[in-house]
Amino acid sequence: MSKFKETTLKSKLVRRVHRRVILAGILKASAVALLGWNIRKLQIEDSEDYKLLADKNRVNLRLIPPSRGLILDRLGTPIALNEQNYKVVFIREQASDPSKVLKKLSTIITLEQKRQDRLLQDMKKRSSFIPITVAENLTWKDFTKISVNLPSLPGIIPEVGLTRHYKEFESYAHVVGYVGPISDKDLESEKPVDPVLQIPKFQIGKVGVEKKLEKHLRGTAGVSRVEVNASGRVMRELNRTEGKSGQNIRLTIETNLQKFALERLKGMSGASVLMDIDSGDILSLVSTPSYNPNNFVLGISQSRWDALLNDERKPLLNKATSGAYPPGSTFKMIVAAAALELGLIGLNDKIFCSGFYELGSRKFHCWLKGGHGKMSLQEAIQKSCDVYFYELARKVGVKRIGAMAKQLGLGQSYKLPLTGISKGFVPTKKWKKERFGTSWLVGDTLNIGIGQGFSLATPLQLAVMTARIASGREVMPNLIRNTEKEIDKMKALSIRQETLAAIKKGMYDVVNEKKGTAFNFRSTHENFLIAGKTGTSQVRRITREERESGVIKNEDLPWKMRDHALFTCFAPYKRPRYALSVVVEHGGSGSKVAAPIARDIMLFQLYGGIPPITAYPEKQRLEVRKRLFDIAKKINLRNYINPNI
Amino acid sequence: MNPFIKIIYINWPLQFLILATALFGFLMLYSVSGGSWDPWTKPQINRFSISFLLIFVMAVISISFWQKISPFSYVLGLALLIAVYFYGDTGMGAKRWLDLRIIKLQPSEAFKISMVMALAYYYHKLPANRVSHPFFVLVPLLLILIPAFIVFRQPDLGTALVIIIIGIFVMFIAGVHFGYFLFGGISFFTLLLVLFESRGKEWQLLRDYHFKRIDTFLNPSADPLGSGYHITQSKIALGSGGLFGRGYMQGSQSQLNFLPEKHTDFIFTTLAEEFGFFGTIGLLIIYSLIVAFCVFSALATRDTYSRLLITGLCMTFFTYFSINIAMVMGLLPVVGIPLPLVSYGGSSMIVIMLSFGLIQSAHVHKNDRF
Repeated sequence: MSKFKETTLKSKLVRRVHRRVILAGILKASAVALLGWNIRKLQIEDSEDYKLLADKNRVNLRLIPPSRGLILDRLGTPIALNEQNYKVVFIREQASDPSKVLKKLSTIITLEQKRQDRLLQDMKKRSSFIPITVAENLTWKDFTKISVNLPSLPGIIPEVGLTRHYKEFESYAHVVGYVGPISDKDLESEKPVDPVLQIPKFQIGKVGVEKKLEKHLRGTAGVSRVEVNASGRVMRELNRTEGKSGQNIRLTIETNLQKFALERLKGMSGASVLMDIDSGDILSLVSTPSYNPNNFVLGISQSRWDALLNDERKPLLNKATSGAYPPGSTFKMIVAAAALELGLIGLNDKIFCSGFYELGSRKFHCWLKGGHGKMSLQEAIQKSCDVYFYELARKVGVKRIGAMAKQLGLGQSYKLPLTGISKGFVPTKKWKKERFGTSWLVGDTLNIGIGQGFSLATPLQLAVMTARIASGREVMPNLIRNTEKEIDKMKALSIRQETLAAIKKGMYDVVNEKKGTAFNFRSTHENFLIAGKTGTSQVRRITREERESGVIKNEDLPWKMRDHALFTCFAPYKRPRYALSVVVEHGGSGSKVAAPIARDIMLFQLYGGIPPITAYPEKQRLEVRKRLFDIAKKINLRNYINPNI
Repeated sequence: MNPFIKIIYINWPLQFLILATALFGFLMLYSVSGGSWDPWTKPQINRFSISFLLIFVMAVISISFWQKISPFSYVLGLALLIAVYFYGDTGMGAKRWLDLRIIKLQPSEAFKISMVMALAYYYHKLPANRVSHPFFVLVPLLLILIPAFIVFRQPDLGTALVIIIIGIFVMFIAGVHFGYFLFGGISFFTLLLVLFESRGKEWQLLRDYHFKRIDTFLNPSADPLGSGYHITQSKIALGSGGLFGRGYMQGSQSQLNFLPEKHTDFIFTTLAEEFGFFGTIGLLIIYSLIVAFCVFSALATRDTYSRLLITGLCMTFFTYFSINIAMVMGLLPVVGIPLPLVSYGGSSMIVIMLSFGLIQSAHVHKNDRF
């Protein structure tokens, strides 16, 4: 009975166990079904959302900086190019003790303690896998030394990047300008912001052609889509869109001429511009003293910057286009042209110069104390008689002088890819009234007549003026080489040929006639005859007492008080091809200082190289030979003769 | 019977399913190490091969032998738990590991088997009329709760809960009266309320990180880069797999280290990312088949010991994979439970293979009378 009871109990229990095993199985199955349902929701229903999130996790965009367009000279030789820059970067996470590694590195290359401390600070601010530039612009020797020592320098990685390099150093500084690391201020002025500018220390043009043609030179950045891991490190590149490198820019400048002109002006504070009259191409544009643009590329040091800023000769200023000077006697051609065009004077009409011109109680002096006597227009230009032009200016009047000045290229800025181009200045009666509140006086007109007073011109404008007088066309300066000839587009000036011929003859006499102000600095090669005009512009007032006791010589004055020396010329006289202007700040007299420089530069261009001494008057050859030899040695052109001549 | 003949009676489908799961594991370990046999795939293959052979050895040993050693196994398991409490290696704030020179053992894992064996033995010996007797309900309850408490104090809340779940489950299968479970369920939820009440008070019953994990579990998106990071990233990996996955070794989440513990507890996410819905459902089906074959096997056995042993060990296996998968999907809080036979790890692999050895032994000897 009990046994039976137990057996029934037991079988009842077994049945219950079976039931429960099956029940448990069903429960498990439903749990699995629940899991499966959830997986379905995640992987099928919401999959797209999660895919997006996964991509956001892993994909970063990196910019590939485009390689900057080159700047070439007239012949296509690169002036500004991208050079390999040997540098070392440091990745903190690969070194256990960064300060120790830097210390070790400082035994191989120079790395000041101060710089080391700054680097260590920088590293702390950034993620440990971001490379930090330790040193740039290393020599190949240092670079290899580091490479050899790499096993003992954990975290140090030698890299090769591209950096702007200016091959001709100082010669092109004022034309080409320089690039530098982008600043916050630069970024503000850029709109819309080019993404490439967000690359730290990206180099953009700061001055000159580099700045003005930045858009052409920069190119467009490529984009590389990279996969990063959870800590942000780049694992691999997914794809990349190649950027476009910047356009190359070909200048009109001739490097050898440029170097020669710079060397010839060295030691002075001045500028010269040489233009091709037919095309308007600027073949040379220099300003001295110059500076080395390479110093700016990686950011200039404060001491160097201060030295450049505080130099009273202003090396950073491009005096050829930004420096405006009273044109002095070079302005006389304009007055003469205006008078001739208006028929206010005939070619044979003479004016008497007694040494001064009286206007009421005021005396306006000629530079020649005793006076020139009877002067025709041609003679007045040749000898730069002031009294003649006082008289002429008075006849023409400021308004018509101004109109002629404008027609000949003064008082306007040209579309050149240069920064800080000055418009110069052509005064008007209205301007004086507004500026000073006083009326225009006849005395003002007289001063304008000899290029003193209010009028200002840049060396570039003087060259343009000369080119226009020489060609009779509206020559426009041009700095970017254009293969299509645009000569036809230059329209003729509304000045009669006879007028221009008379002025040109006067300029010819200045250089080639015995009594000419620049007779000493003529060329003796009959095909390369130069015609020009000297100018000496005062920067101070000469008082009556000084004039009576004798004008103080320039050499006895402080540099800042000395006269500016100017000379503007064209050549060859018979078939003008080149126009040139030279300005030497506080250089003294135009005939003594500026004219010889201009002759050397002009002859260099005419001969296509260092001119032979046979082009110089016999008496000067000894001195010239020494000077040319020195320059040729310095610019490495000893035997350079243009084969075209 | 000749042991070699016995091998014929092994539950072969089960054996092949185990092998298939392990192959999934090797494939995934090879992928998460970036296409390399080291450092995880090779040791895993070695461990699996040895323990796979062990299943055959255990299967031919008579089930009556395993039954007889069950009480000793429980005592040994408990002793190891106590030993680890005093001498264990500390890892991540918890003493879980016992270094036995040859292997590093996690006694709390091995104890699951011992407990199932002991409970099966207990109900095998217990007369049918006493099964629901309060005293005889209290005894197994203590056999479960005492070790669970020790594990909880290691502290390892996850494993402690799993031990309790498995123990209670065996008691349920053994036929204990339904009323006890109703009562137990009600008291469990009361305990939960008390636990949350204790938070931030002097008598706080759980460690801070437990509460934090629970918080994260309840709202993982609140702090996606902080404590919710694991769940957020693992859900991204799962979801981005889509229907067909991103391709083998192409999962960005796992290959780029966005996933935590990608070779152990979170390996399911890699599978999901690289093989997509088909991969995950495929693995889930294999797991379900293993459970199903165990259930059929349990129903086919004739003695209580074998029945409870198979069901209990099968439940152990089930808790492993279901909790793991639910965890990586954000359905359960993150507790350290591996994906069985797939996750890298010696301790869990050996425990799982031992339990399959026992299941196979019960299957082979299902007609034995003892």
